[in-house]
Amino acid sequence: MSAPNPRRAFFAAAGAGVAGLGFTAIAPGLHLMAVGEANAAARPAGTAASPAIRWGLLIDATKCAPGCTKCIDACHEENGVSEQLPDPRQNSQWIRKIELVDRRNGRVTTLPMMCQHCAKPPCVDVCPTGASMKRADGIVLVDRHTCIGCRYCMMACPYKARSFVHTNLTEQSPETPRGKGCVESCTLCVHRVDKGQQPACVEKCPEGAMTFGDLNDPVSAISKRIAAANTTQVLSDLKLDLGVRYQGI
Amino acid sequence: MKLLRILATLLFAAIAVSPAPTLAGEGGRTPKPVVTIENPGKCAAPAEEMRRNHMEMLKHQRDRTLRAGIRGEPASLNACIECHASKKTGSVLGDGQAFCQGCHEYASVKLDCFECHQPKAKFKAAGLKP
Ligand code: SF4
Ligand code: SF4
Repeated sequence: MSAPNPRRAFFAAAGAGVAGLGFTAIAPGLHLMAVGEANAAARPAGTAASPAIRWGLLIDATKCAPGCTKCIDACHEENGVSEQLPDPRQNSQWIRKIELVDRRNGRVTTLPMMCQHCAKPPCVDVCPTGASMKRADGIVLVDRHTCIGCRYCMMACPYKARSFVHTNLTEQSPETPRGKGCVESCTLCVHRVDKGQQPACVEKCPEGAMTFGDLNDPVSAISKRIAAANTTQVLSDLKLDLGVRYQGI
Repeated sequence: MKLLRILATLLFAAIAVSPAPTLAGEGGRTPKPVVTIENPGKCAAPAEEMRRNHMEMLKHQRDRTLRAGIRGEPASLNACIECHASKKTGSVLGDGQAFCQGCHEYASVKLDCFECHQPKAKFKAAGLKP
């Protein structure tokens, strides 16, 4: 799963270099308190996603176990990603494990990487049809009804987060429609979040390496952690204001 | 003459007892779609409205659900599938009697929803086995 890629290692290192230089939301005076509380209650039927909320993830790379793929398996199961093509490079990849190796001392860090749910998403900027879109609560999605499969967004995404579906599908999950000819990426498990649940990868991580929550809410577990620890946005020099933050990289 | 009158009366009686106004060709030469309604009487709107407008309703709903994030409204495709999937096959597709496919085949209208959406009710995706 984790093809060591020197370019990605460089990206992450570049991001780590400027950690804490102003792009992480620091709410001063808050202490790290009991964590692990569930996401907010399910949004009532008939109400729209609220711009007052900004959903985000905090991934603690110091807890992420090398070789573990539980988050990837959970994502595949939850979202019905099951096709295996003759050329594995064409398989959809909503989340992948990245291995960073410090060449000087051989220290290995692994972390899961998925759509970073940018507040200023380049994939949305370039889409010619308006299919690539950001929901009011910060979740970036592809509206497959209008996606023409041009793949501009795949080229624009600095995190290689998007995949193109190359084959006819029949095993989709009812809550995650997906099909040939469209681009897709991590939806932050939008169908679960709307029900008040956590994303599948967060729930299934045996190390508790991921925290999901509202970045706008200063008392949410994720905000408290970000306020207390030094966290990083990968490639933060791009100033895309990411919804996914990392710790320990 | 008397025979003719008896015949005419019979014919009239036959017309009188035949069910409600008939469309041209009904019951005869024109084939009709054979769709099974599994759970009659529970639809989001009256049948006439559904027949004419279900595509518009779904199109509005898809934008409300996906773009605005509004959930739990009546015109949801998943709700249609859960109710209309065949009790035999579990799907709204499959053959000329399946709820969606049957009518679309009859009307010769391309059905695109299920290129992406799951046509089976209560389907549990397995994902990739590690
Ligand atoms: S990480 Fe890539 S796919 Fe996700 S919002 Fe940013 S540009 Fe778009
Ligand atoms: S592939 Fe689809 S979502 Fe991506 S830019 Fe093209 S139309 Fe937009």
